[in-house]
Amino acid sequence: MTVTQHVLIVVGVLFVMLNIAAGLIWVERRMLALWQDRLGPNRAGPLGIFIVVADTLKLFFKEDWIPPFADKKVFVLAPAIVVGSALLSFVIIPFAPGIVVADLNVGLLFFLAMSSIGVYSIVLGGWASNNKYSLLGALRGASQMIAYEVFMGLSLMGVVMLTGSFKLSDIVAAQQDMWFIIKQPVAAIIFFIAGIAETHRLPFDIPEAESELIAGFHAEYSGMKFGMFFVGEYIGITLISSMMTTMFFGGWLGPAFLPPWAWFFIKTFAFILFFILLRASLPRPRYDQLMETGWKILLPLVLVNLLVTGAVALWTRG
Amino acid sequence: MFSHIRTIWLTFLHLFKKKVTIEYPEEKVKLHPRWRGRIVLTKDPDGGERCVGCYLCAAACPVDCIALQATEDENGRRYPEFFRINFSRCIFCGFCEEACPTYAIQLIPDFEMGEYKRQNLVFEKEDLLINSQGKYPGYNFYQVAGIQAGVKGKGEGDNEEPPVDVHSLLP
Ligand code: SF4
Ligand code: SF4
Repeated sequence: MTVTQHVLIVVGVLFVMLNIAAGLIWVERRMLALWQDRLGPNRAGPLGIFIVVADTLKLFFKEDWIPPFADKKVFVLAPAIVVGSALLSFVIIPFAPGIVVADLNVGLLFFLAMSSIGVYSIVLGGWASNNKYSLLGALRGASQMIAYEVFMGLSLMGVVMLTGSFKLSDIVAAQQDMWFIIKQPVAAIIFFIAGIAETHRLPFDIPEAESELIAGFHAEYSGMKFGMFFVGEYIGITLISSMMTTMFFGGWLGPAFLPPWAWFFIKTFAFILFFILLRASLPRPRYDQLMETGWKILLPLVLVNLLVTGAVALWTRG
Repeated sequence: MFSHIRTIWLTFLHLFKKKVTIEYPEEKVKLHPRWRGRIVLTKDPDGGERCVGCYLCAAACPVDCIALQATEDENGRRYPEFFRINFSRCIFCGFCEEACPTYAIQLIPDFEMGEYKRQNLVFEKEDLLINSQGKYPGYNFYQVAGIQAGVKGKGEGDNEEPPVDVHSLLP
């Protein structure tokens, strides 16, 4: 791969991802509305798509206020971390054969590491805001992440066992005959649940929980800094969706009448829609319920899954 | 767990349900005849102003947005010299309509009165007065009132007896 090609891919991925994240504002509002028997924003531009521009402009022109009691440097840094770490994770995602920024041989570990760094933005943001509710949100965010990170990683290990590689392109190639959703259904479901918790989306938006904590860790944020958290969340959704696609649903693989990247985006988009559907349908669990399901049900389940996968893998190898 | 999946599925089915949204400027909202909206001053069947300038509406208004000045014409008929409603303060409660003894002030089903300048929301009598009897056709206050104001003579109204000559009762 030449340098120009590489730069093109990097710029392309960045461009596409940021646009998807912005476009999701519209997608989410429209889809949520449809699922609630409403129409949603449909005035600005065809089907209301320019609401994205309007929303972005609005965020830019909002007063960007840093509370005088906040820890300024950390306060400014926090929103950048969430966007940065989420975007960095896309480095290892293979969109189509050859279209990947860096096909690291520790790709999966890189993804897990980046998603762990993402939680720093919540903790730092909540801490630097110097506000009780923000701090509570940050605390919840941190404990939720620790709980769910554990079996998020473990649920992916089944796939790694079957493939024998951390490299994402190898994992996709290993699904040539059969997608891993068939061999690893439990892992797929658990990974998705952990993914929702990881992006702190509804129903697991415990760190922000509007009804209990106002807006949790970003209560003090305004203007584009809040916008960064917002965009970070959407990039997170896209990331988890594309990880689901890559790990369990055969990545770019699909019948040949569509190009590989199209298959990848169709599958990813289906998961994004599912994220929004979950938001439309499920209520938020209580904080202790969330932790309890995490540690007492999902963790043992994923360990059993790992054990069985390992046993079967050994047995078939003879 | 099963109930969660069922919830998700049922929510998904709502995608195909009929939407409740009314797309307003193209599609109008159905307003009922007694919907409380823009305020008008009505006229009686003879085309005279119904308002007698009694100030009851101004007194009843909880936000004090009605201002008027009563006066009389050469026949002794009372009418408002000016009548001003500040719609930027009006809360469309309808108290003025209830207070009015002559059915003059009425709220009609119309809410499309947006303005760019606040001052334009102050309606004068010319803006309020309409050439119609509104919700109470056929009613004419001076026809049933006991006084003479150029509409009918004293004692000539419906359900009214001619005035008694008090002196004739003397023994
Ligand atoms: S509707 Fe209510 S607020 Fe409006 S003018 Fe009449 S009494 Fe006043
Ligand atoms: S509108 Fe009715 S209540 Fe108000 S001053 Fe005129 S007659 Fe009296």
